Amino acid sequence: MQRPLPTPSPLEQPYFDGCREGELRLQTCNHCHQAQFYPRVLCSHCGHDDLSWQPSSGLGVVASFTVARRAVSQAFEAPYVIALIDLEEGVRLMSHVVDVDPEAVTVGLPVTVAFEAWSEDVTLPVFKPR
Amino acid sequence: MKYGFEDIVIVGMAETDLGVVPDRGPMELGAQAVSLAVNDAGLKLADIDGLITCNSLVHPVMYHAEATAEYLGIAPKHCMAVGTGGGTTFTAIRYAAAAIQTGMAHTVVVSMADSMRSFMTRERAMVVQASSGHPAYEQPYGPTVPAYYALIAQAHMAQYGTTEEQFAEAMVSSRAWAALNPTAQYREQVTVDDVMNSKPIADPLKMLDCSIVSDGGAAIVLTTRDRAADLPHKPISLLGYGEGHSYEHISQSPNLTTSAALPSGQAAYAEAGLSPKDIDIAQLYDCFSVALLIQLEDLGFCDKGEGGPFLQSGATQPGGAMPLNTHGGMLSHCHPGNPGAIFGLTEAIRQFRGEAGERQQVDPQRILLHAQGGIMSSHATLIIGKEA
Repeated sequence: MQRPLPTPSPLEQPYFDGCREGELRLQTCNHCHQAQFYPRVLCSHCGHDDLSWQPSSGLGVVASFTVARRAVSQAFEAPYVIALIDLEEGVRLMSHVVDVDPEAVTVGLPVTVAFEAWSEDVTLPVFKPR
Repeated sequence: MKYGFEDIVIVGMAETDLGVVPDRGPMELGAQAVSLAVNDAGLKLADIDGLITCNSLVHPVMYHAEATAEYLGIAPKHCMAVGTGGGTTFTAIRYAAAAIQTGMAHTVVVSMADSMRSFMTRERAMVVQASSGHPAYEQPYGPTVPAYYALIAQAHMAQYGTTEEQFAEAMVSSRAWAALNPTAQYREQVTVDDVMNSKPIADPLKMLDCSIVSDGGAAIVLTTRDRAADLPHKPISLLGYGEGHSYEHISQSPNLTTSAALPSGQAAYAEAGLSPKDIDIAQLYDCFSVALLIQLEDLGFCDKGEGGPFLQSGATQPGGAMPLNTHGGMLSHCHPGNPGAIFGLTEAIRQFRGEAGERQQVDPQRILLHAQGGIMSSHATLIIGKEA
């Protein structure tokens, strides 16, 4: 069974291209200079549509997490750690925390990005303790 | 003729068989609910000129309200189906009032039913489970619905020191009420230990932190106060309504531990000219223990961060100072999916009528109802009152 895979629009493609190339890219507003996640046609902070892609440091902290004890489907093997990650650039995203004993994950844990291939075509960011 | 919000009243309600109902599908339950509610209101089906329904997750149809009207053999002036989760229940009631206020209809039925327990296929369940996550940025990580709520629970624990034992009190309270309600699906009382020892689902949430899966439906009849004068039941007033929406996907939440129940409640209290201390019974949206705990805080029944100790105090249980989900709620009574919150309203009407049996409160005057949808994303609060 396959994991759910994103079907990116052309606008979103640079994010997924970046993941395949090992770079976490964030849309950043050229007007208010704030980053946003997920990618959009406009800046969700100020409404301007002048946006560019910038590399993220990939550094963040765990804002919250859960250890899934029952998998959503056979494509996942429980336990796995689903987390909300606050990146240094001020955005939050959902991801996995990997390379860690699930019992050792805490709110506030410093993490750094890593990349995992979900399929032949799709690579997604995950996070590990730093 | 145009009416004000204060001129719109509830004149009838009914529930179908609830719990495990394998001999009726969602459309059949929904139509039955309308028919029973219209009868309860002392009206005939032909008197209904507005119909608002909630689409089924099990058997979704394109024009749900229109299909329900056809099934009933009526031709209303106004039909509308709401298609989303729990938060829309009281929004549908407000729309019904608005339709009457603006002359789109004079007597409106809001009907909601589904059969998650008996008619859900595994494939459809997977689709529904995934549908609350963002398809590109959440679903690929394999979250379950309990996992989304667990993210909120973990954040609340980290910020306020809330414990798993305190979350467990939500089910203890729910079952204490359900034990008094013959229509509740689960009536066996549980202890904090029972909850703590139930199957782990998504830390810190366990099986008994989660709501149940049911079949069932209910319908509510609304009309104007002048028309209600000829009808058998004393009308019930709509005192205040509010909504709050601050995100849809949990990863976009600006604040994991304070929800848009806060502005939703504030708006409803302001319109009603009331505060939490004026509320005799609260019927909140208990899809998960943590959701209930945060609503108690955001709706002002306890201080922010104090939801855990508040539940632990027993205040929400039978005999407590703040009767909560007196029917047993979605943790124990009935949770067919989208319609879950409507049973808080039918119970409230029953409490006003003095027909709540062993769980009857002493002459309640004002009841607050709250529903939310998504992952504590979309909120609606309705305050109703007994007519003098």
